[in-house]
Amino acid sequence: MTNTDVIVVGAGPAGSCAAIAAAQAGKRVVLIERGPFPGSKNMYGGVIYPRILDELIPGWFEHAPIQRWVVRRSTMLLSDTGALNIDYRSNAWGQAPYNGATAYRPDFDNWLAQQAVAAGAELICSTTVTGLLRDPQGRITGIKTDRPDGDLTASVVIACDGVNSFIAKEAGLYKNVDASNYTLGVKETLSLPKHVIDERFGVRDNQGVDIEILGGTSGVNGGGFIYTNLDTIALGVVLKLPKLSAQKKRPEEIIAELKRHPAIAPLIEGAEVIEYSAHVIPEAGLDMMPKMAADGLLVAGDAAALCLAAGIWLEGVNFAMASGMYAGQSAAQAITAGDTTASGLRSYTKKLNETFVLKDHKKLRKIPHLVLSDRVQHKYPNFVTGIVERMFRVENPNPKPGVRRILREERKKAGISLIDLVRDALTGLKGFG
Amino acid sequence: MSLESLRAANNIERDATWAEMSFQDRIDTAEFRIHERAHITVNGDSCRGCTTRECVVACPANLFVPTSDGGILFNYENCFECGTCYLVCNKEGAITWTYPEGGYGIVFHRT
Repeated sequence: MTNTDVIVVGAGPAGSCAAIAAAQAGKRVVLIERGPFPGSKNMYGGVIYPRILDELIPGWFEHAPIQRWVVRRSTMLLSDTGALNIDYRSNAWGQAPYNGATAYRPDFDNWLAQQAVAAGAELICSTTVTGLLRDPQGRITGIKTDRPDGDLTASVVIACDGVNSFIAKEAGLYKNVDASNYTLGVKETLSLPKHVIDERFGVRDNQGVDIEILGGTSGVNGGGFIYTNLDTIALGVVLKLPKLSAQKKRPEEIIAELKRHPAIAPLIEGAEVIEYSAHVIPEAGLDMMPKMAADGLLVAGDAAALCLAAGIWLEGVNFAMASGMYAGQSAAQAITAGDTTASGLRSYTKKLNETFVLKDHKKLRKIPHLVLSDRVQHKYPNFVTGIVERMFRVENPNPKPGVRRILREERKKAGISLIDLVRDALTGLKGFG
Repeated sequence: MSLESLRAANNIERDATWAEMSFQDRIDTAEFRIHERAHITVNGDSCRGCTTRECVVACPANLFVPTSDGGILFNYENCFECGTCYLVCNKEGAITWTYPEGGYGIVFHRT
């Protein structure tokens, strides 16, 4: 006799969507969260693309606690003194059916978990899962927790316990854990009056801005980001772990240098740090993903390394919500069919393969490595900003140099061989599909 | 207004960037609900033989501090629970890392 049908570990976006899906399918669901409330352990780079919620929570955009709808999407290349900003604006993104939103994860995740409760799931917070229960055949039958008499059994356990997933590791789903597959994200939440943010970023009402930055991370491979909330700005850097330790630069020093950059400093002038935060990101995509299922177990979200870090696309919450939803649906189907072995749960992997969750990852497989490669990180920002600087610098009485000459000279100055440039361009073209 | 005072005002405005903050002030912006049990343990003997000290550089909460006798002084209380330390550590078994007791540890609010 089991306590419940489905145990979901972790009430983040993956876990809450798994719980909603399984509860909507009529299963008994227990959703376990180790924080005092859902979202209390969670931070991120900053944009949620919630379109996938249409299926689980119709009309979600009328209730979800978002900060601003992103209407300006910028990609910024920083050299030491220069900046090239490619900025797209569409006010249509600020209206239904919307595109991306900024939100505080403690607000958003808590709201999403309450949707799971409304669908019939039981939410238990302040409870840390300490291990898995197995039957004599090794099949996973439940969880151990740090509560007195805290063992709980179920037909299926869905591990949505985040990037460090001790459950997926204990179940043997990860082949190995290599630091080079991870980045560290550190972020400052910076307080500014709403009207100042509106003026500096050229937005109004609940329109928001998303700026992704390449360069500006003090020689550590990674990137930066700036997002607008209503009366705060989220500013941070994402740093490749082995490089971070090798370069002997501390994360907060790298943030400080980014904040001093002439293109960034005016945006945040006068802002006060009201919250500092850090989180690790699974960055290597398909190349680091674990097996998605074992007997009695599914894994979703960051726990399954389902985070897309493909340069111009940086997404995670949508991958978490989708994979969680498919895991919840698959668990419910398997329970109804009476087979919750890995084979009985295979509809989950099938669904991941058929949808954007793994299709995007397969298409962009090579991009995370390209974006974090030394050339893209350390040479291209200078190369590209150098070209633009030369093109727009007027040196009368000298005539304008030809673009080909600028390209050749700047390429040499940046130390990029023609063959490497062509190779990276091809990888990029092929990789971005 | 004189030209001098205009220039001075202009300079003040240009120099009025954000102030550097101390690391303690930075950490104090985050809420930590501290449990008496340390959720991370560090094996001092392993650290003594370590020359690379990845954790000292990478830990965003700056919890690992080298001591003059070649060891590592460690504090778990202001941990973000990110996992960076055990991921970057090169010494097998030097850092034992679990999540803190349910309800304890870092509590984010506007992240």
